Amino acid sequence: MALKTHIKRRKNIAFVILLILSIIWVLPLLWALGTSFKSNIDMTTNIITIIPRDFTFDNYKALFSNNASYPIFKWLRNSAIVSITHTLLYLLFATMAAYAFGVMRWKGRNLVFGLLLATMTIPSVINLTPLFTMVIQFGWLDSEAAWKSLFALILPGLGGVFGLFILRQFFANIPYDLIESAQIEGLGHFGVYRKIVLPLGKSAIMVAGLFAFMGSWNDYLWPTLTAAVHFDQNWYTLQTGLATMQSSSNYDPGLVIAAAIVSILPVLVVYMFVQDKIIEGVSHTGIK
Amino acid sequence: MKEKRKHRLKEHSKRYLTVALFLLPYLAFFTVFFIYPLFFGIYISFFRYNVFEPSKSVFVGFDNYKTAITGLTVGGTNITLYRNMFWGALKNTLLFVGVSVPLLVIIPIFIAILIDIQPRFYKVFRVIFFLPTILSISAVGIIFKWQFDTQYGFINGILGLFGGKQIAWLNSQPYAWIAIVATTIWWTIGTNTVIIGAGLKEVDRQMYEAAEIDGASYPRIVWSVALPAIRNQIFIIVFTTIIASFNIYGQPDILTGGGPTASGTVLAGTPGTTTVVMMVIRGLLQGVNRLPGLAAAMALIFGFFILMVSLIQAGYNKYREKR
Repeated sequence: MALKTHIKRRKNIAFVILLILSIIWVLPLLWALGTSFKSNIDMTTNIITIIPRDFTFDNYKALFSNNASYPIFKWLRNSAIVSITHTLLYLLFATMAAYAFGVMRWKGRNLVFGLLLATMTIPSVINLTPLFTMVIQFGWLDSEAAWKSLFALILPGLGGVFGLFILRQFFANIPYDLIESAQIEGLGHFGVYRKIVLPLGKSAIMVAGLFAFMGSWNDYLWPTLTAAVHFDQNWYTLQTGLATMQSSSNYDPGLVIAAAIVSILPVLVVYMFVQDKIIEGVSHTGIK
Repeated sequence: MKEKRKHRLKEHSKRYLTVALFLLPYLAFFTVFFIYPLFFGIYISFFRYNVFEPSKSVFVGFDNYKTAITGLTVGGTNITLYRNMFWGALKNTLLFVGVSVPLLVIIPIFIAILIDIQPRFYKVFRVIFFLPTILSISAVGIIFKWQFDTQYGFINGILGLFGGKQIAWLNSQPYAWIAIVATTIWWTIGTNTVIIGAGLKEVDRQMYEAAEIDGASYPRIVWSVALPAIRNQIFIIVFTTIIASFNIYGQPDILTGGGPTASGTVLAGTPGTTTVVMMVIRGLLQGVNRLPGLAAAMALIFGFFILMVSLIQAGYNKYREKR
């Protein structure tokens, strides 16, 4: 009896603390959302109000109509091209490799996979300068043909190990009987890969795909570094574009915050639908 | 007999050919964009390297490393500019690691414990705390930069309500670091919270109940039953967070631009909030005077520090598996 009231009280205390903390966590986003609908005067006089006093779309109108200074639709397009292409290519190559490591039986497969995993300890900052030098020398950061910079954004990440790791772990757990019986029925390795492993591995492929997509869509460091060679803002990604707006000499906070909100929206919509998948994927990274 | 062996050999080579076909596309990219740059980076670090005309590069031996660590003596004078940049940025990075890592570990453990009690709406809370991790640092940076604005920012607005002073968050120390650490906490704790939460879920509830019947208080149970049970997850987040904090770039890059100083870089003599990755990118790769050789050398020295942390982690994992 006493235990039950204990549990109830504990749950109430936890609830109150979590409620306060989550309000703190949501406030910056709500405040930014509200601010994006404020007029310039409203922004500077009613600082801490979240709901604008004179609600206006001015910031968004300015954002979408001034394509010469900040071509936000082109940035969205570039980000979409880069993230989607990168994700699809990565999933194709990584599922194939995961099949070779997780399903096929060959001598040395665990050794090679172990070596691949070990490279994850090598800090990425070491490769920054040589990769930067390489993409310049490949001619991908050409201010006369800046569209080529998309190669520099799509291709280098295709060697990533993290997604391959998720996929291999999942593929390795597919019952081998299933694969053997498919082979007895005459399927070759390509058939098994396509007809058995890919359909069964859907959930792992989705998690790996989400990580690849979010990593690419949100990447800031690399696209901004490469953009500083070609300087053609029509070929910036959204993140680079936001950063240049933010550091430009005629910095307009309302406009920039509206742009940040626009950049957040698509990610937020995706998150609403698949948050359980993402959170589950992350929670597995801690169990080794 | 001979026929059979021949057949087996054929089978074998056929299988390896298939393996090779499946691995080829992935390994090709892995080799070109990961393995090759490792060696290329070491090569560059021994040159005064010219990115646009590689043939004009000059071999300089260990000069780049000397320039970074001790300063380089040329014609009797020691050039200390880059040494000061490097050590200043390294000091800043270590400061950030030292301050941020304990917070980025303890706060998620605290939140995960509360969520594990499963109060009302606990799933909603988890979604809320995880949400910022899916946002880009450019969007987060923009929002927090305005939030920390001295005149029109939300934080000073709230402080003003309570009669507090207006703080120049991004333009004075130690407030610039506080703002950067606070932004980092808001942005990143979701991942660690979820990992710790998954660990807590695995803890045997009967152990809790047994301790509870013995009359132990809940904080006591958490301390002596739950935390020891999830020590593997705690180790994982400690190491991954240390490595992530070493690599800090976006937060100071957007919030302070490396300031607070007039010119906002380590060059000015006051170290501001410029971190190593930031200095390599802003100071040595993006500027007018690109110094890729020096950038590569500094990254290798710095990467060595991070690699040590990774190796300690790997060593711990080995030790754990053995037990």
